[in-house]
Amino acid sequence: MTVQPVDYDDIQGLVRFGYPRLKQACFLLLRVTHPEAARAWIAQAPVTSATKLESPPETALHIAFTSAGLRALELAEDIVEGFSSEFIVGMSSDSSRARRLGDLGNSDPECWQWGGSPHKMPHVMVMLYAMSGGLEEWGSKAMAQAEDGFEQLALLTTSDLDGVEPFGFVDGISEPTIDWERERPARDVELSDYTNRSCLGEYLLGYPNEYGEYTDRPLLDALRDPDAILARAEDAPDWADLGRNGSYLVLRQLKQNVADFWRFIDEQVQGDPVRGKQLAEAMVGRTMKGEPLMGHPRETIDGERDPRNTFTYRSDTKGLRCPIGAHIRRSNPRNGDLPPGEPGFISWAVRTLGFDAEGLANDLVSSTRFHRLLRRGREYGVPPHEETGLHFICLGANIARQFEFVQSAWLSGVRFDGLSNESDPLIGNHLPREDGTATSTFSMPVDSGPDRRVCGLPQFVTVMGGAYFFLPSLRALRYLSRVQP
Amino acid sequence: MVVAPLAAGREAGLRELLDTMNVTPGMADPANALLPFGEFERLHFARFALLPDTTMGDLEAFDLPRPHVPMYLCFLGECDGPADKQLAEFVERAGDGLRRLFSHCEGFGTGADLLAKLKAHSAPAAAGYVNWIGRTVKHIRQNSALQRLLSSCVPRDAAAAVIDPQAMRRDLLAFVQDEMIAGRLVLTSTERTPTGWQIGNLMHAIGVPLIGLVLLPLWIVMLPIVIVLLRHHEKTDPEFCPRPDRAAVREMQQLEDHDLTNSFTALGPVKPGLFRRYLVQVILLLIDYASRHVFGRGHLARVQTIHFARWVFIDDKVRVLFASSYDGSHESYMDDFVNKAAWGLNLAFSHGFGWPRTDWLVKGGAHHELRFKYYQRRHQVPTQVWYKAYPGLTLTDLDRNQRIREGFDMHSVSDEQARAWLRLL
Repeated sequence: MTVQPVDYDDIQGLVRFGYPRLKQACFLLLRVTHPEAARAWIAQAPVTSATKLESPPETALHIAFTSAGLRALELAEDIVEGFSSEFIVGMSSDSSRARRLGDLGNSDPECWQWGGSPHKMPHVMVMLYAMSGGLEEWGSKAMAQAEDGFEQLALLTTSDLDGVEPFGFVDGISEPTIDWERERPARDVELSDYTNRSCLGEYLLGYPNEYGEYTDRPLLDALRDPDAILARAEDAPDWADLGRNGSYLVLRQLKQNVADFWRFIDEQVQGDPVRGKQLAEAMVGRTMKGEPLMGHPRETIDGERDPRNTFTYRSDTKGLRCPIGAHIRRSNPRNGDLPPGEPGFISWAVRTLGFDAEGLANDLVSSTRFHRLLRRGREYGVPPHEETGLHFICLGANIARQFEFVQSAWLSGVRFDGLSNESDPLIGNHLPREDGTATSTFSMPVDSGPDRRVCGLPQFVTVMGGAYFFLPSLRALRYLSRVQP
Repeated sequence: MVVAPLAAGREAGLRELLDTMNVTPGMADPANALLPFGEFERLHFARFALLPDTTMGDLEAFDLPRPHVPMYLCFLGECDGPADKQLAEFVERAGDGLRRLFSHCEGFGTGADLLAKLKAHSAPAAAGYVNWIGRTVKHIRQNSALQRLLSSCVPRDAAAAVIDPQAMRRDLLAFVQDEMIAGRLVLTSTERTPTGWQIGNLMHAIGVPLIGLVLLPLWIVMLPIVIVLLRHHEKTDPEFCPRPDRAAVREMQQLEDHDLTNSFTALGPVKPGLFRRYLVQVILLLIDYASRHVFGRGHLARVQTIHFARWVFIDDKVRVLFASSYDGSHESYMDDFVNKAAWGLNLAFSHGFGWPRTDWLVKGGAHHELRFKYYQRRHQVPTQVWYKAYPGLTLTDLDRNQRIREGFDMHSVSDEQARAWLRLL
């Protein structure tokens, strides 16, 4: 089967680009006040596509919707129902989700500045990007007449910290490589090695994902799209695909308590700056400059060329060089579908049946490729005097299997890879569990004896808001900007 | 496991009564007034769940006859030693509570002999899996206490160069001995597995393959027919995997993730027809054999997060019930399954009506990720009362604590062994 080439004109540029040249950005969280005017504004909004231009753009604009937003724009309820459950109910849906995501204590959705309750739920997010100094002009031009249809719930400003997140670490080093050319066969095969290349369908709806399957999204009877605005579904050509070339976008406002972080580190090392830096770097898994603690072993990894990323943890199963609980190891354990072993059927069968003791010991976490995030976040505030943190943004086609899984099982989880009662040292909530057990530890394995441990980690990151959005294709945007039958 | 049909009109009252056994929804009170689970020292897990008919209607969607099934109360426990003895103990020490619960079921009148009634409604497991055969509640608790003690007193700040692993281990051992003498820690040696059980187990280990061997000529003759039939069924069996009702999923999610371990109870009809009816029995027999004699040492194939699991036929083998206790949240349990052991899921569950299409019994099926996830959630029912004897402990903890105990019991160790042991603390 020949695959259709990707129509970049139809995809919002954010999926393909992080816009490192566009240093200024802000995210407007809006609520629809007049649906008709809101749709009219959306119809004319200058949304940036993923097409590569001769000269890179000097501005960009993107639009995404929550499920409440789609309803506010009067999209039929049965179409909304075609989206995934997580998107429909949202990030702050109930206490069970909060428990899984670790949004407890100060980070409880009830305390959020936005997104935590129906009347604080954004409908639409408009993301504006511009070259240094150009944002104000771009904003007023692009947002002209928007007030006829929207009211502003929140304005999320960003700051350019030159690729360094507020704690002081170089950020955004590791990203999955998307198989835009669709060269990777879309079928269900086991991959024994870690790969950094992801099928398009992991981030865009309407394409096969890593299982070779199409993720659920709203497919409409052709009659409901009389002007044939939408593309037809690849896997069901009679149906109009509202999801195709669109993605889910997860936004979380993470306030970073920078002073607390460094004060805590300082206390642990009695003010020794060298050891303090080492401890902070052990928590992250990279040096402050972004070099991995695993060094540069230059392993061959499909879809990865940056020497800061050509490593796995295969040679460090005990976590002696990079602690098991380090932030980057938790968020991307870099393993394949099967524990490593000899080639050949017998070895494969032994490992598949779990009779390889060593393989089994390192098999608590596996199949990273199904749990990748395409990060597009921006920092906000300037430390030390302003509130500062990260507007965490990630894209994916399956919120439950990607963002929620990584956040709950790997980052907030207190049994990651055999660790006991510790969550992510940076972003874990470090709150006691329901039975009172403390989870505020970070352990660093030592070859010669018992782990080194720091205990009593306070909460360094507070969730201030969050929501699940749908980042539609340009065709879907056109569809949403009209009232449809 | 006891499965008893509810008397008419008693559901609401029973649900209310069951809720009184919980501290919070999803977490049973070990000292609840009806059945104080915590008093039973051999009990690992226990659950009460109502088994409604939520998926028999799927048959009607394909114009197939829909057998009528009643609503049941299911009571399931996992214990050390013989189950009969445990049941008798329950009746002896919590007879009143059990009587109150089962008085909502048909035929459990006030005069009835409770134990006899419960036994009459016992449903044997067609297949059962135990993560580590022979690991008792008592030892799990003792080893956990040992781990907590050692972990809290082991020196962690010593510069690597000066650690003498043997001396450090000796000091720790001496400290533990003092604690034991002071009566603050109790460690008992492993009880010998009863000889009767061992003989029975050995007979089973040899007997089942032996019978298989005797029947080998029959298998060889039948195999081509079975393959043809299997392929025919796999190509024509209807697939039915709609997305589960959101409110139902939310109800179950409210019960989840209060501890690090969660419960899973699911049931559904077996595909109609004699072929699947027999096939599922053979497969479950093989799974049971594998669980008893091949696995049972910390893992079911690659999955290391299942404490206990069992498959039980109900309604004259029209339906199968599956119950397990697993570590982690639901989504990661299911992802683990899809990515590590989809073949095993297909083998065990593809006889369920509507299962995602399989090929050759192991391929496809659960690898249709979303269809599988919808299917399992839609067949799940809330486990209204669920008890775990060692909250806060996962299988990785149990395994580590057991290794700490083994290292503790060794008389002399090499430097490398001593270091490896210290790393566990």
